[in-house]
Amino acid sequence: MERTWNNKAWFMVLPVLLLVAFSAIIPLMTVVNYSVQDTFGNNDFFWAGSEWFDEILHSDRFWEAMGRNLVFSAIILIIEIPLGIFIALNMPKKGWGVPVCLVLMALPLLIPWNVVGTIWQVFGRVDIGLLGYSLRALGFNYNYVNDPFDAWITVIVMDVWHWTSLVVLLCYAGLVSIPDAYYQAAKIDGASRWAIFRYIQLPKMNRVLLIAVLLRFMDSFMIYTEPFVVTGGGPGNTTTFLSIDLVKLAIGEFNLGEAAAMSIVYFLIIMLLSWVFYTVMTAYDAEQ
Amino acid sequence: MARIDCNHIRHAYGPHPKSDKDYALKEVHHAFEDGGAYALLGPSGCGKTTLLNIISGLLYPSHGELLFDGKDVTNLSTQERNIAQVFQFPVIYDTMTVYDNLAFPLRNRGVPEPDVDRKVRETLDMTGLADMAKRKARGLTADQKQKISLGRGLVRSDVNAILFDEPLTVIDPHMKWVLRSQLKQLHRRFGFTMVYVTHDQTEALTFAENVVVMYEGEIVQIGSPAELFERPKHTFVGYFIGSPGMNVMPVAVEGRSARLGSQTIELPGAPRAGITGAIELGIRPEYIRLGASGMPVSIRKVEDIGRHKVVRASFEGRDIAAIIGEDEDIPADPKIAFDPAGINIYADSWRVEMGG
Ligand SMILES: Nc1ncnc2c1ncn2[C@@H]1O[C@H](COP(=O)(O)OP(=O)(O)OP(=O)(O)O)[C@@H](O)[C@H]1O
Ligand SMILES: [Mg+2]
Repeated sequence: MERTWNNKAWFMVLPVLLLVAFSAIIPLMTVVNYSVQDTFGNNDFFWAGSEWFDEILHSDRFWEAMGRNLVFSAIILIIEIPLGIFIALNMPKKGWGVPVCLVLMALPLLIPWNVVGTIWQVFGRVDIGLLGYSLRALGFNYNYVNDPFDAWITVIVMDVWHWTSLVVLLCYAGLVSIPDAYYQAAKIDGASRWAIFRYIQLPKMNRVLLIAVLLRFMDSFMIYTEPFVVTGGGPGNTTTFLSIDLVKLAIGEFNLGEAAAMSIVYFLIIMLLSWVFYTVMTAYDAEQ
Repeated sequence: MARIDCNHIRHAYGPHPKSDKDYALKEVHHAFEDGGAYALLGPSGCGKTTLLNIISGLLYPSHGELLFDGKDVTNLSTQERNIAQVFQFPVIYDTMTVYDNLAFPLRNRGVPEPDVDRKVRETLDMTGLADMAKRKARGLTADQKQKISLGRGLVRSDVNAILFDEPLTVIDPHMKWVLRSQLKQLHRRFGFTMVYVTHDQTEALTFAENVVVMYEGEIVQIGSPAELFERPKHTFVGYFIGSPGMNVMPVAVEGRSARLGSQTIELPGAPRAGITGAIELGIRPEYIRLGASGMPVSIRKVEDIGRHKVVRASFEGRDIAAIIGEDEDIPADPKIAFDPAGINIYADSWRVEMGG
């Protein structure tokens, strides 16, 4: 068949292109613009070249925040992925329990970030918060305001509480798509609970798990609102993640050039890490 | 290898069965002899899969019990019953190789690796999968996948029974034939009890020495292919087996004769006195003689299907089919006669014995 090439179709994507340009590309270019200029106020800008990038890449403050982010994301993934799988495996597959569980699971996902932060900020307070007060009453020396370890624990538990549901729901979707015949065959073949998980359930969840890991990684690497509301990045800098630091730099210190350079580096790192995750996991998937 | 007794087994999928309608299996009371090869034949939805799943322990029956060699196994798990079952649609473990798929049931039971290897290779050869042993099972075609499923059933030769649930549906006709004869051969060699579900009558009749016919949740007849053909116990068996199926017509019986419209038909014997309900006469097309003498019919159509011809005619206002030889001609003034050897009488669809 003769193919007809009709370039008019490109006009159809024009609105989307414009939208993307206004919402993403132009703001991004502003950031790029700031990152290569300096100012002494008065809206007077002059060329600074890669100065800001040098500064960022050689700043301990940046690398420490980066380290905290990586540790945080690693802990989150190590807890949320297995926990999510475990909960999904134990959720009912039919009957009245299904909608109940699904609603319970969806609940944390529906709460806005800053509200989640506020909930835990209050919940963990040692004077009026149920959690903080009870822990104190039980004899634990818990205080997220001045103990870095407690602050980390609080932020991590909060994230687990907020986001494990996402992993659960994705895994559950994979699990319910497995036909009954597979479980029947596994019984006939004498498969153990572990073998059923390893050879039937896990392969079916592979794909959704890839998505879950990617989403959770990107999200936790960019985490801002919740720890900011709970700890404000403290005590000291101990829960100051890259995003919190960025805001401090840009708005607190009005250091636009450095903040812009940091944004770009931050953005590139997230892209790079996500790409690495994706390639590694899809390669593994293809090899399977 | 075991004899399997189904004692008054009934099963309903719903929680509160009230009438017979709620039961997927109305009542099955039957023994599968040790080492027997049974074909389970019946239309879609008659409960074949349900019965198999009850035997293998995937389903727990609502009523009744199941015995293996006289031992009650109703409460045993599938694994404890040691039964192999092959399902209607292929089930494979995607991430494993073909070899590992076949080895899986053996390894799960802790069979030593050298034995696993020997059995798996044997099964690979048998199913014609030997050259793809090292491939991942994921990318295979439907019939290759089904062969893997079949192989996983056959790889364990020490089982109490092997249950096949229409295993060859997705396999092409030639391979079907090959696999079927291999199954027969295996059965002779290992002597396991074998139940083979199908809704294809030729498959059932050529495969097994015993054919179990199910209809609406009940076993209506068990017998050799010849018995099913000559003496269908239920009009359903008459319709379902044979091509075309048995002619069944309502009659009035008086002593040794049956009346249909203006015609009187001589019976081979007198049905026992006092039969009630809807009385019908059944005769297979093979037992109807077409010639110059007998009862008048008008012929509507003659189908030449190779070795014989099927004559479709109208007899006393109802359709009737007869089979005649390929070379026989249709007489100008056609008449039919019923061969008494092929006549069966039914009361409410169940066959009535006739005295001599
Ligand atoms: N899981 C189930 N829940 C409820 N009803 C079921 C279930 N499985 C089967 N049934 C019903 O039980 C009856 C018997 O089904 P079964 O699957 O045993 O039939 P079958 O003879 O195997 O049919 P087929 O030839 O189509 O495989 C059918 O009416 C079916 O609708
Ligand atoms: Mg079935």
